[in-house]
Formats: sequence, structure tokens, C-alpha cells
Amino acid sequence: MTDQFEPTIIGFTCNWCSYRASDLAGTARMKYAPNVRLIRLMCSGRLDPTFVLRALSGGADGVMITGCHPGECHYIEQNYKALRRFLLLRRVLAGLGIEPERVKLVWASAAEGARFAAETTAFVEEIRKLGPLNWGKVSDELSEISEPVHEEVAA
Amino acid sequence: MTEKIGVYVCHCGSNIAGVVDVEDVAKWAAEKLGRQGVIVARDYKFMCSSLGQELIEKDIKELGLTRVVVAACSPHLHEKTFRIAAQNAGLNPYLVELASIREQVSWVHTDKAVATAKSKAVVSGAVSRVIENTPLEEIKVPINPNTLVVGGGIAGIQSALEIANAGFHVYLVEREPSIGGHMAQFDKTFPTLDCSACILTPRMVEAGTHPNITLLTWSEVVNVAGYVGNFNVTIKKKARFINEELCTGCGICQEKCPKKVIDDVYEAGLGYRKAVYTPFAQAVPNYPVMDKENCTYFEKGTCKACEKFCPTNAIDFNQQDQLLNVEVGNIILATGYDLFDARRVSNYGYGRLPNVFTSLEFERLSNAAGPTTGNIVLRDGKTVPKSVGIIHCVGSRDRNFNNYCSVICCMQGLKFAHLVHERTGATVYNFYIDMRTAYKAYDEFYQRVLEEGTLFVRGKVAEVTDAARYSNEKGKLIIQTEDTLAGKQRRIPVDMVILSSGLQPRHDAKEVGKMFGISCSTDGWFTEKHPKLDPVATMTEGIYIVGCAQGPKDIPSSVAQGAAASARVLDKILQKEVALEPVKATVNKEMCSGCRICNGLCPFNAIAFLADDNVSEINPALCQGCGTCVAACPAGAISGTGFSNEQIIAQIDGLLMRNLEPVEA
Amino acid sequence: MNKYLLYPGCSMESSAKAYMESMNTILEPLDLHFEEIDDWNCCGATEYLGINLIPAYSLIARNLALASKQKNGTRTVVAPCSACYLNLAKADHYMDERPALGEKVNEALAAGGLHYVPGTLDVRHLIDILVYDVGLEKIRNAVVRPLTGLKVVPYMGCMLPRPDYQHRWSDHEHPTELDDLLRALGADVIDYPLTTSCCGGHMTQIGPETAFELIRRLVADADERGAQMMVTVCPMCQMNVDAYQNEMNNFFSTDYHMPILFFTQLMGLAFGREPKELGIGAELVNSRNALAHIGVEVPVTQEPAAPRKKDEGLPMPRRWTKHEDRKEAVK
Repeated sequence: MTDQFEPTIIGFTCNWCSYRASDLAGTARMKYAPNVRLIRLMCSGRLDPTFVLRALSGGADGVMITGCHPGECHYIEQNYKALRRFLLLRRVLAGLGIEPERVKLVWASAAEGARFAAETTAFVEEIRKLGPLNWGKVSDELSEISEPVHEEVAA
Repeated sequence: MTEKIGVYVCHCGSNIAGVVDVEDVAKWAAEKLGRQGVIVARDYKFMCSSLGQELIEKDIKELGLTRVVVAACSPHLHEKTFRIAAQNAGLNPYLVELASIREQVSWVHTDKAVATAKSKAVVSGAVSRVIENTPLEEIKVPINPNTLVVGGGIAGIQSALEIANAGFHVYLVEREPSIGGHMAQFDKTFPTLDCSACILTPRMVEAGTHPNITLLTWSEVVNVAGYVGNFNVTIKKKARFINEELCTGCGICQEKCPKKVIDDVYEAGLGYRKAVYTPFAQAVPNYPVMDKENCTYFEKGTCKACEKFCPTNAIDFNQQDQLLNVEVGNIILATGYDLFDARRVSNYGYGRLPNVFTSLEFERLSNAAGPTTGNIVLRDGKTVPKSVGIIHCVGSRDRNFNNYCSVICCMQGLKFAHLVHERTGATVYNFYIDMRTAYKAYDEFYQRVLEEGTLFVRGKVAEVTDAARYSNEKGKLIIQTEDTLAGKQRRIPVDMVILSSGLQPRHDAKEVGKMFGISCSTDGWFTEKHPKLDPVATMTEGIYIVGCAQGPKDIPSSVAQGAAASARVLDKILQKEVALEPVKATVNKEMCSGCRICNGLCPFNAIAFLADDNVSEINPALCQGCGTCVAACPAGAISGTGFSNEQIIAQIDGLLMRNLEPVEA
Repeated sequence: MNKYLLYPGCSMESSAKAYMESMNTILEPLDLHFEEIDDWNCCGATEYLGINLIPAYSLIARNLALASKQKNGTRTVVAPCSACYLNLAKADHYMDERPALGEKVNEALAAGGLHYVPGTLDVRHLIDILVYDVGLEKIRNAVVRPLTGLKVVPYMGCMLPRPDYQHRWSDHEHPTELDDLLRALGADVIDYPLTTSCCGGHMTQIGPETAFELIRRLVADADERGAQMMVTVCPMCQMNVDAYQNEMNNFFSTDYHMPILFFTQLMGLAFGREPKELGIGAELVNSRNALAHIGVEVPVTQEPAAPRKKDEGLPMPRRWTKHEDRKEAVK
């Protein structure tokens, strides 16, 4: 292996489109950067922005949010909610002093395995250029941003 | 309590083991995830085999496992398999998680070390998540035994008949005035040259008179609500302006109607019909339809010739569109295809040069019931062509238009060649890129057409023009083409050109898909659940696709799919009830502050506000489990079973290898 | 929306002077205001791009940069010459598509204190403006001398419709804008299958035989269809068909006499201008005989729609138009 920086990416996928796109990329044996680790949600609308903060504060260098193309949401319109949250989230990140580019939104239908693969590889390159985030490693106090949620839910 | 977790890593032959060091992953899981509760980790050649499943079942029984993680293929493939295995061993099926290390690791990465490391992370994520899983019970709902079939072409008719013959009720909805679809327009069918109407019309009549089929023609579905087993469908029955009770189908109104209109649908724009019409003689049902756009009465308020002459007073100018609500358990979409618009390939001159015809126009031209009573003539209506060029792949296999092969055009071109040959004795040229004659008796037909003397030129036609360059081209259509076998450019003058136009998804396929909650592929055809093993089901349970709605295909395949979907529907009906995924959201009323943010977020109107208690409540029958409200609740009062905050956060942490001893890469 | 920036190009000032003169006569009746781009330079025609890309694109882009500075309330640049139109549109398109090219070109422009951001301007051809901005209705209303009885073939040339970067034309292979425009003037338009076929371009200088054959095809087909003249939108086409027709006749021992005029000249005539003001008479294959057909004020007779013959003729499919719903399914 070279000594270049290998980012860790968490990818949120939608059960109906992008997760199947990643399946399709697999079935078609399309190669893409191995830095991404996927989580399956029922819908991009399920994405609570604190999940992204949790990932970034836990050692991820970037987060990829994927969902169905506008107008193609399995749940009619929930991907629009994901889009709104994504846009707000980027502003919050900027406020925290984190490059908003560390979070990327990609629309990929179940038929777009090639697109999924290409976008993933491109994102890894983008994060590689930004360098490590080191949030999770700088201080554990910062990672408490997502703790309250966790506790409240557990309550 | 600490869970007892078993981790099972699959080799999938060499599919996974070829790229991922599966033994190492299993060993690592046993060592490093012990803290999390992993008490056993095994690797096995084929986890999904019965032996593999028995391995898991045995461990559940003997070691008292409370959670299972299977690192194998995509959950979309085998999640059900392992859940059933767990259930057989007495473990709640929802306490099993699949970690996809095939589609997401071994098939998409090449570096063994990297792939192995990623697999460990994926397994770690699944283990952390499965701890947070809760046992769930499937919700059983009854299945309504009625079925809706949308589209009355041959695929839809076949589906409807199969189900109706099994004794269950079918609503067959068709947009046009008659069922029959594209097949009703054809003259002959390849490769047997059966007359299309001869084999289709008995089926149409059977569907039209079947006691178990409610035929709704000149109707469209406008709304679909509900879920598998319990769909509520709204159908708009467009006004025919004919009282069906009184009409005998005698045809006098058509005879007397003074308004002639080009028939764009059934006659493919090559013939005329009246403003009140039945599209063709054998139409089912045989009631005419009044075409409001072109009727003089609707335009000017005068005429009413049809009303004057109708012997049974069946004309009703005041008829209104009707909305019908039907309850069905399953839906089959057989919405068919549109013909590629050949005007888009302007270098072939269709629409500009009179004697360039599309395949559908030629079908009408050669049909005994068509505008020329089956005489193959030029657009002047009398001249018989002495030479005919048939161009394949118009709009198909072409980057400028559609990338896919339209499947039927080669055989259609051969059929046309045979018919032209047989009826006019003309010289026939076929211009093809590749000749595709797979399936039973197809290639034999190709050989037959070759022996009949049809000439084949292999190459893509550049243009069809009437600009003559040499004396033998005067007054002809010149086909300028590459002949890849002779290795040169050729100009072939002919009298008539037939464009074997491709098939396209219906222009409104996307809207229709949205209405029924299914998606379209990049090309626009409806997406099936699995391209090989489940080509008639969709991602939405209870919705099936058959015929060309799923992709271009010929008549035998459409019929086969129609029957296949019916078998799937009958299987559902006979089970009497269906298990719904228990993935639902619930409100914790203790924590709900009644802010109502979630109320407007739900597209299924599953969230109601209880004013008395000042809390919101979710109706589990309506909730589809998307989780948007869970993410939106500012109080964290809503939780989604199967996708709770705890599960997802645990999985994030697991994927990032937190709470583990550091791993040597 | 009737203000535009004008990029005349060199031909309009020399070989296609008639085009320029006649264009200027139709602006006022159609309420168009063209403002010439200050200090414009030659676009390099077709030759320079074949020799050295960066200087060639820089040469073109200089005009775009000047125009974007001069905007003056519009973002549309009108290029009446097809080659100029194609070059300007191409430069704008490729500077955007290939950022590396854009950077290099702007580096060159910076030496002159200029800069061009691709996408700032809309480059459009004169006929595109006339058909889609002014509209055929307005043109029809401005006609005082209908060209009734003049049989013309519309010749679009090869440079205009392809490649269609901005989806401006009804079709790439057989655009109908010129047909529609001439019909609006009352002319008898004959369908011309070679409307986008090549006139030979600069092959007249390099390999005349090739060019002669191409010109012969165009003229012969027009003649065979009974046309009295060809109508073009492109200075190069006009020059080749007009100036080389004689040599072409000698080469093939044919005897064609096919005048070719610019569409703006016919518009001027239809708007009541006199031939002299429109540069008519400057062409080498004179159009006197052809124009004799409309020299007299012919009252407009609404041609009655031919009754549908009782013959067994089959209807034609409707014509394809740019605005037609393409019936595209999902993309």
C-alpha cells in the first residue's frame, strides 16, 4: 500500500434505491474505492442529521447520503425532507468549523449501479484532498454533541 | 444482559473467499468482538445451503444464541432464508442481521487486505446493531381476493383470464375503447404466420363475457391507496356518451356520422374513423365511443346525426365521467409500450417522404381489415411497390435514441419481407446491424425468408433520400447505407421503405409507476424485483408487471409473463392473509409534547393528533415505515422498529470500530 | 427582448454585402435593434481551428469577451453568418465543457485585459431570432408584397443545425425554420431533401472537382424539383453556388441557371423594398427571371384548401415540430 491518506467514509443508503444500486454495482462487478461503509435505512428521510455528526465525531472523514432521485421516492416525497436536512446540516457543519464538503448527497436509482460506484470513488478522492478530519481523535468532549440524543432515546 | 451472538461468515464458493480472507474475518470476530457478546464465529462454504443453515440452527439450539449475524450476500437476496432458519430454531427472525460482504466488498474491491479489513468493519457494524434489535412479530392482514389488471393487451387479457378461470374476480381496466392492445392491429404473427386476430379475438371475447371479469374500457386508474392485500383504487370511467344498457352495437351511428377523423391509435394514422366509433370490427366491448374532441355536436351544438338514427336511443350527450372505487388485493400492470416515433430519426425521412412507413403503419397496410384491405401499396393508395427496403433497429441500439434492443424488430422485419414478397413479388431488402432470431422456430423462419430471395445488407442506413444522383434513382427513394460485408457504401433505390421502429416505454410510464409505487429503470421500463428469478414481481408487494411494461418482448413472452403473474397472485389469494413487515414507527406518548411537527411529514396520513391528550399517534396499518417522522421528532419521542436510533447509532459506532480494542491492519 | 448584440463577421462586409444590406432593411419593420460589437475581429472561419486550437479559440473568444463587456441589457449575440455562429457557439460550449481549454483561452485573453466566462452569452443565428423571437406571425403581418408564385428551395447549409449545442433547431438533419419563414412570406416552398447538404466549403480552393460535384447535386436537385431559385442563410453557401455555378457547368457540360439569394433579400422584397436596396443584382447568376414572377403586385388569394380527393390516398403523418411533446419516457 502507498502511504497516502485513506479516508473512512460512512454511507447512508436507502433500501429502495441506492442500497440496490450498490447491490447492482456488486452484481455487475464494478470496482470502486473501498473506503466507504454502508448503512441501510428504509429511506433517506430516515436520516437524522445527528447520525452524520455521530459518524464524523466517531472517526469518519466524510459521510455520503444517498437516496432516490427527486420524484422517485418510494415513500412519495421523503427524499425532499432529506434534501432540506442536508442543506441545513451543511450550514451547521460550517458553523462548527467543518468543511461542508465532507457531507455529500447523491441521488441514485436502483438501476444506477455505475453511478453509485463512480460517485463513491469521486467522493473518496474529494475527501482525500480535504485530508483527515481527526474529530473523533482530537477530543472526546466534542463527540458528546450526539450524546444527548442517544441518552434521550434510551430514556 | 449480555447477548450471546453467533457470527457466520460465508465463502460463497470463491465469490467471497476469493477476495476476502473469510477465516481471518471469523477468527477476528470471535477474538475482538467477544466484548460485544460474540461467543461463536464460524466460516462455511455456502451459508445459504441447507447444511449452512443447519449449522446456525444447531448453534442457536445448543449454545443458546440470542442474536445472529450472517456475513454473506445482500440482505435483498438471503435475509429471508436466514430469518426462517432462526425461526426454525426458535429464535425471533428479526434478531438476525445480514452483513453484506459480497455485493459491497468482494465483488467491488480487488485488494485482499483492504477487502478483509472492510469486511471486519461491516461485521462489527452488524454485531453492534444486532444487539439493539428487538424481537418483532409480523403483522398479518387479510387479502382481498379481487385483482386489478391494468391494460387490456394480450398480456393483461392472459392475466385476467387465468385468475378469473381460477374463480376469483378481476377488474380489467383499459384506456382505449376496446381491449386487444397492439396485437389487435397486427396482420400476421411471426414465426408461424398465424393471423393475429384469429388467435387474439377468441381470448378477447372470453374476457369480455367472463362472469368473473368486470371489463372497464375507456377507463383509467387515477388513484391508488393502501397496500398489499388491501388496495383501494379509484378508476375514472370516461364518458362514452353511449348508454351501454341500450346500445346493441349495431353500428348505425358510425355509418351516419358525417365527421371523418384520422385514426391515430388503431389505424396508426394511416386510416380514418368517424367521430363516433368502435376502433375495429371485433372490438370488445362492441359499444362505440364518442370522440368529444372531434364531434360536431360538442364543437358547434348541432348535428346529432347519430342520435337521430340510433334505433334504441342509446346516444346520451349528457353522460358524465364516473369515478369508481374498487377494493382489490393485488394489481397487475400490463400497460404495454409506445412505438418509437420514427420522425425523430429525420434522416430516414419519415413524415417528409410519403413512401416511408413505420412498422405499425405497415401492419395496418398489410391487414385485410386495414385501410387498403390488405393491399400493399404506396401512399397514393394504388401503386404497388416493385422494390421495398426494410430498415432494422430504428431508434433502438442507437446512442442517439435508445440503447437497448427492442427484441421484436428483427423478426418483424423478416415477417414484413415475407409478406411483401408473397403479395407483391417485389424485391425486398433488409438492412440490419445484427440479425437476432433467438427462440423456438425463429431462426428457421429467417432461413425460409432467405430462401425466398429477400436480400440482406448488413450495415446501418445513413439516410433515406429522394434526391436522385443517377438516372436509375429518378423518382425513387434512395437508401444510402454501408454494406459491411462488401466493405463499401451503397445506394439502393426502392419504391417503399419500412422502418422497423423500436419499442419505447409508455410516455406516461413514470407517472403511472409513481401512482402504483414502483420505479422505472434508466430506460423507462418498470423495474422488476429480480431480472432473472422474479421478473414479474416488483419492489412493492402486491404489484406485478407483465408484458412490454417490463421491457420489450414478443407475444409468447408477454403471454408467459401474464400467466406467471397470475400464478403469483393466486398464490397470494389462496394464502388468505399476508404478513406485513413489522417495520413501523410508534410514538412514546410520555415524551410527546404535541408539537405536531410530525403530522405534516407523513405522506400516508398515518399520524393523527389526539387533541384531548395533546399527543400524536401513529396508525400502524397506514404507516409504511420510512422513518421520516422518527428523524424529525425534536423530542425523540418517535421510534422506528427495525430502524431505531439505537440500532443505527450502534451500527455507525460498529462500522467505525469504536469500543473495540485497536485492530492491527 | 428586441435588443441584440450583432457580430457581423467579415463576409458580411465583403462577399455577402447583400446579406448585410438586406438584413438592415428588415430590422425596423420587425422592431429589432442590433448593436454591433465594438472592435470585433475575424472568427477564424473553418481554417484556423484545423491548425492550432488554442489561438483559434482565443481569437473567437475575444469577441465573446468583448460582447460580454458590452452587454447593454441583452445576453444574446446574433451571428448572421453560419460559420461565425458555429464558431462562437462552439467556443462558448467547449470552454465550458473543457475547463482546461477555458483556462488557457482566458490566459490568452488576459494579455489584452479581457476575460470570458462561458455561458454568459447566448449565441444565436439570425434566422433563429426571426423565427423564434420575432415569430412568424409578426413577419407575416409585415408582408406587403407576398412572394406568391415564386418557387424556391430552402437551403440551410451544413453548419447551422449541427452540432446543435443548445437545442435551437427543429431538427438536425432536416430543419424546417427556413421553410416556415419563406412560407410566411408567401413563397411557394418546395421540399428540399438536400437542405443541409454540404456546398463544398473551401474545397473550391483545394479540390475543385469535389466541390463541383457537391454544387451540381444541389443545383440539379433544385432544378429537377422545379425551383426558380435557391434561398440560403449562409454567405459561404451563397458564394459557392453562385460564383462557381458557371465553372461547374463547364466542368460537367451542363447548363444550369439557378440563382441563389439570401433569405433576408426575399424578406426585404416581401416587406416592399426595392431590389436595389437589397443588393439584388449583385449575384452572378442573376435572379431577374425568377423575380419577374413577383415583380407585379399580385393580390393575395387565399389558396383554398384542396378538397380531400375521393381517391384512396392515405394520410401523411403530422410534421415533426420542435415544440412537439417528444413522448420521451423516463430519462
